[in-house]
Amino acid sequence: MQSIVARFEVSRSAILDAEGKLSDALPAFAVEPTALLALYRAMTLTRTFDRKAVELQRTGRLGTYASSFGQEAVAVGVAAAMRQDDVLLPSFREHGAQLWRGVTATELLLFWGGDERGSDFATAREDFPVSIPIASHAPQAAGVAMALQRRGGDRAAVCILGDGASSKGDFYEALNLAGVWRLPLVFVVVDNGWAISMPRARQTAAATLAQKAWAAGFPGVQVDGNDVVAMRHATELALDRARAGDGPTLLEAQTYRLADHTTADDASRYRAQVDVEARFAAEPLARLRRYLTAIGAWSKSDEAALGTACDSEIEAAVAAYLATPPQPPEAMVDHLFATLPADLEAQRAAIMAAGNGDG
Amino acid sequence: MAEASTVQAVNLALARALEDDPRVLLLGEDIGVNGGVFRATEGLHARFGAARVVDTPLAELGITGLAIGLAAQGFRPVVEIQFMGFAYATIDQLLNHAARLRNRTRGRLTCPLVMRVPFGGGVHAPEHHSESGEALFTAAPGLRVVVPSSPGRAYGLLLAAIRDPDPVVFLEPKRLYRALEEEVVDDGVALPLDRAFVLREGEDVTLVTWGAMTLEVLDAAATLDAEGISAEVVDVATLRPLDAATILGSVEKTGRCVIVHEAPLTGGYGGEIAARVAEHALTALLAPIRRVTGWDTVMPLPRLEARYMPSTARILAAAREVCSWS
Repeated sequence: MQSIVARFEVSRSAILDAEGKLSDALPAFAVEPTALLALYRAMTLTRTFDRKAVELQRTGRLGTYASSFGQEAVAVGVAAAMRQDDVLLPSFREHGAQLWRGVTATELLLFWGGDERGSDFATAREDFPVSIPIASHAPQAAGVAMALQRRGGDRAAVCILGDGASSKGDFYEALNLAGVWRLPLVFVVVDNGWAISMPRARQTAAATLAQKAWAAGFPGVQVDGNDVVAMRHATELALDRARAGDGPTLLEAQTYRLADHTTADDASRYRAQVDVEARFAAEPLARLRRYLTAIGAWSKSDEAALGTACDSEIEAAVAAYLATPPQPPEAMVDHLFATLPADLEAQRAAIMAAGNGDG
Repeated sequence: MAEASTVQAVNLALARALEDDPRVLLLGEDIGVNGGVFRATEGLHARFGAARVVDTPLAELGITGLAIGLAAQGFRPVVEIQFMGFAYATIDQLLNHAARLRNRTRGRLTCPLVMRVPFGGGVHAPEHHSESGEALFTAAPGLRVVVPSSPGRAYGLLLAAIRDPDPVVFLEPKRLYRALEEEVVDDGVALPLDRAFVLREGEDVTLVTWGAMTLEVLDAAATLDAEGISAEVVDVATLRPLDAATILGSVEKTGRCVIVHEAPLTGGYGGEIAARVAEHALTALLAPIRRVTGWDTVMPLPRLEARYMPSTARILAAAREVCSWS
C-alpha cells in the first residue's frame, strides 16, 4: 500500500503591486508613512550609488562593478527588517543592504575600486564582506548563526545569495545544517532571473527555489522581491521566528536584474532588450512612489529634493574615495597573519624596497 | 607522567584546550559518542558534552564553512575531517575564505580555526584514505600547515594550533597514531609553531622530513651512523610558514641535503625546500640536493602501498650517494 508521508506548500507574499496598489493589508510597520519614506529614500540612494559606480567604472576610476539596478527592494527591505546587532552575510549585489546597515558609500567604492580597506567597515563590524565565490558564504552564515545561538540572546544572521547559488552544494549543506540545528538564520535567495547568462528557467527544474528549504526541514516562502514592503515584512516574520528559537527560514525574493551582470558583462549577448524593457514596469521604486503619491505623502518637489540629496551624498563619497591614497605596498602582507611570520620578513622588505607602482 | 600514543596525545591536547578555553569547540563527523573514526575524541563527548563536541551532519565543505563563521564570531572551532581524501572538498572554504578573511577585512574579522586531518599512507586503509596532500594547503598564503611527528609534538603543536589566532591545517600522520608511545606531560605547554625541530644532530648530511617519515629517516640516520656517516635530521613540523633558517643552517653545516616525503615528487613541498636551499645555500653544497618521495602517481591501494612509500633503503641510498660527493 502507498500513503502520503510528507506534504509541503509554498506560499507567495506580495503587498504593493506594480501599479502602487495594495493587494494585501499593510503590515504594522508601514501604516505610518514615515517608515515607507525611509525605505524609498534608501532605495533611491542605492540606485544613485549604482548609477554613479557604473559611471566611475566606465571612466576608469572603479574596477569591475556589479550593479543592483532593479533589485533595490530586496537589499533595502531585508536590511530594514534587521536589527543592527544582527549579522549580514551578503553576496555581491546587496549595496542597498550594506548602506542601510551603516557601511559607507566610500567603503563600498574603496572595495570595488580595489582596496581591501573597503571591507574594514567602521560600523556593522561583525557583518561579512561580500562573497564573490557563489554560495560559499552560506555555510559560514550557519556558523555565525550557530555562534549567536550558543551565546543565547535573540540575535540572528541573514545570508543573501542568488538563484544561481541555489544550485550549489554549499547552499544545500548550509540549509541542512541550519535546519537540523534550528539556527537563527534567514536565507534570502534573490532570484533576479539570471545567473550571468543562465536564465532561471534553465537553472533548476524545481518549481520554486523556496521549496528547497522544505527539503531541509524549514519553511521557504516566495516574496515579490520588487515590493519593498513585502520584503521587509517577510524578513521581519522570518527574523521573529529566528529570535524565538524556531529556526531558519528561506525567502525566495523574485526580482529582475535590469543591469548587466557586471560592468564586464554585455547582457545583450544572451537576452533581448525588449524583454528587459518589459520588466521596467514592475521595478521597485516606481510602485512605492506611486503609492506614496496617492496617499499624499510624496510630491514632485520631494522627489527633486531627494534626488539632489542623494546625488550630493554619493558625490561626497566619491570625492572621499578618489582622495584616499593607496595603502603602502607592504600592507599586502601585513594583514595576512596576526603577526608577520619570519619567513615573510624578507619578502616584506623586498616589497618595500621595490616601492609604489614599481613592484 | 604517562605514556601516550600520538592519537592519545591528540586527545589529551583537545581535552586540555576544551578545559582551558570556553571558546574551543570540536566539530566533525562521528566525533561525539563514537569518539571519532580514529578515536581521537574518545571520551570528550562524555566529559564536555554535546554542545562542545559536536557531531555534525556529513558535509566536509559545510563543516569548514561553519567553522569559519564560528571563528569570525570569536569561537575557536577545531574541525575533524576523517581522511585526507575527504578534505579536498574543504579547499574552497579554506583557500577562498579562511586563509583570506583577516587580510581581506584588514583584520576586522579573523579566522582562528583548526582543521585536523589524518593523512598519509602505511596503514592499509581503503581508497582515498592514504593520500599526502599537504602541498595543496602549503600553496595557499594565509594558512599554517603543521605536521606532528611524535606524541609529544602532536600534543604541543596541536595546543599551539588551537591557540593560534589564524587558521591552521593540522595534518596527523595516521601511521604514527599507534606506532609508538612516549611520555607526554599533559601540562598545557604548547610547542612553538613556525619552527623546525632538529631531531638528531650530525655533520655530514642533512635529512629533511616531516610526519611519519621521521621514523624511516631516524632509522636511516642510525644505520648511517654505524657506517661512519653523521646525519642531521630536521623535522620541518610547520611546513608553512617555513622555518627556512633551521634548514639552511643545517645544510650550511653539512653541505648535503636529502628531502624525504610521502607525497609525490612533482609539486611536493620538498621542491620548495630544495629551491630555498639552492637559492640561499648553494655555495655550501657539496652534492646535488636529492628528494626521496612517493612516486608521481595516484596513491596505490594497499597491496602496492609499501612499494610507493619512501623506504629506509631508498633514504639510505640517497644519503650514501650524496655523501659520495666531496
